[in-house]
Amino acid sequence: MSAALIVRSIGPAAAIQDLGRAGFMSSGLTRGGASDPTALYEGAALLGHAPTSAALEMVGIGGSFEATADTRIALTGAVMDASIAGSTVQWNASHLLPAGSVLTIGTARRGNFGYLHVGNGFDTPKYLGTRGSHLSAGLGRLVEVGDQLDTCTDTSTDVGLHLVPEQRLDGGKIRFVRSMQSDKFDAPTFTRFTQTEFRRDPRGNRQGIRMDFDGDGFKANGQLNIVSEVIIAGDIQITGDGTPFVLMHECQTTGGYPRIGTILPADLSKVSQAPVGSKFTFELLTFDEGAAVQTRANAVLDKLRKMVKPLLRDVSTIQDLLSYQLISGVVSATASPLDEGNKL
Amino acid sequence: MTEHADPLNIWPQVKTVGLAGIIVTFSGVLSESANRAAIAFRAAVVALEWSEVEESNSTLVSTFLRIDLSRHRPEPIIERLQDLIARQDWLSAPLPSGRTLWRVPTLFGTDRAPQLAEAAELAGRSVENAITELSTTTMRVLTIGFAPGQPYLGTLPDHWNIPRQTNITPSVPAGSLVTAVSQFCLFPFDTPTGWRHVGATGFLSFRPNSEHPFPLSPGDEMIFDPVSESEFSWIEAHDQTGNGGAQIEELT
Repeated sequence: MSAALIVRSIGPAAAIQDLGRAGFMSSGLTRGGASDPTALYEGAALLGHAPTSAALEMVGIGGSFEATADTRIALTGAVMDASIAGSTVQWNASHLLPAGSVLTIGTARRGNFGYLHVGNGFDTPKYLGTRGSHLSAGLGRLVEVGDQLDTCTDTSTDVGLHLVPEQRLDGGKIRFVRSMQSDKFDAPTFTRFTQTEFRRDPRGNRQGIRMDFDGDGFKANGQLNIVSEVIIAGDIQITGDGTPFVLMHECQTTGGYPRIGTILPADLSKVSQAPVGSKFTFELLTFDEGAAVQTRANAVLDKLRKMVKPLLRDVSTIQDLLSYQLISGVVSATASPLDEGNKL
Repeated sequence: MTEHADPLNIWPQVKTVGLAGIIVTFSGVLSESANRAAIAFRAAVVALEWSEVEESNSTLVSTFLRIDLSRHRPEPIIERLQDLIARQDWLSAPLPSGRTLWRVPTLFGTDRAPQLAEAAELAGRSVENAITELSTTTMRVLTIGFAPGQPYLGTLPDHWNIPRQTNITPSVPAGSLVTAVSQFCLFPFDTPTGWRHVGATGFLSFRPNSEHPFPLSPGDEMIFDPVSESEFSWIEAHDQTGNGGAQIEELT
């Protein structure tokens, strides 16, 4: 029998996700995949497997999972409370989940989408070549209590590693470049768009997220006469009433509303992870600036494995204690660094 | 007086789409020739097997090439596209070979497709004439989109340029043939829609568990042959393939 996690409890919108399935655009199926792909790269770096491995995506709330065999796990994305057999474990880190013990993951303290990874990924059924769920296309389904999530064979035993994640859970500045319909918006509209502070609206799902704002709507020239055209994840679509929607990974392949521009892939997880009410501004980059930012972001993802560090748990196990900067800045010389918990 | 050319009115237009690719658009409005150009141009680019192109698509009036523009400079690719554009008049290009004609048994009207009479009235036709027109017009798959495998089919005679209804029908079943703006859609799933429901078919345009999950491609042709309620019931009871009794012909 292969190893598995048995789902003892689960939040309402958890599903197996990966980096999605490319190649079906001409058949009306967008790539889909995890709402925060960076979190998949981080999990892969912590466990030493391929970023294409499948993980469990949990939306706002986690669940509890019993391992049928010793299982390496990693936790990334939205920060949630987690414990193994009742003992708190750190987020953005890898751990051993011993056979028969239960991992419990609570509600998200920051961000929306948390990820549970297992060594070499989950071995759940593939749909059109890959394991990621594409819920709007009916591929895969939400995870339910009682599900057995099989895991791929994993020969590594490395756990106890952590990673400082790229900041992306609180909204902020979102960089975008012009796209094919940007010339339908005039210069004053662009200026106002980039000077407006937006708030993440409660209306949002895996297909798109509405941006709330004060003031008049944004208008394209000839808005009503635009022929439906290809959609890319990250497109900022302006609907009929002038409200921007950011189109996400599970968006449709074509749409009739004009797009003012396209968010860099490197910044799209900031949109999906921002809780309702988070503030955003949009910064327009030239094509060359945008391509350079994205190239650097790709390079960071490729090098994540080198950023992984041992998790500090017990001073007695630390070989090179002097290399750690235990006393610095505002940290009191008398305080135990171990009390700092998640700040390690 | 010099006439200034409006750069927005010169076709085709070649543009970058974020950092996700390059699009070649053949017209600012949907036309038979612009759609044909988009399909033919995509086939020509696919045949060239450019290593930068990860996938491609044809929409109503455009060919889109997915290219990671953070890894490949767009300028040399745009130059090659301009060369290819200049090679022929794409608006008069023939459709590529390897397409399929699907003749799909269709139950028009009845309680299975309850908006036929309403649509016929908007088109200024009797129900009988409407069935004749809707079932004898050879429709082209203009593009696939909105939902997986879902075809947009064009085009019906001008008097079928009827608007979408203002109230959305909460759900029409998978396989429904609906019409608006001289087009048909054939839904792969139960779908809310503003298009009018004029026919029922057993044709599934998305078959996730099949070896060929997407039976239709842009450029394919479809004819919706009228059948009686009893013929339609027999097809529903016996079809296991998702073709809904469709006859398939290769177009050369």
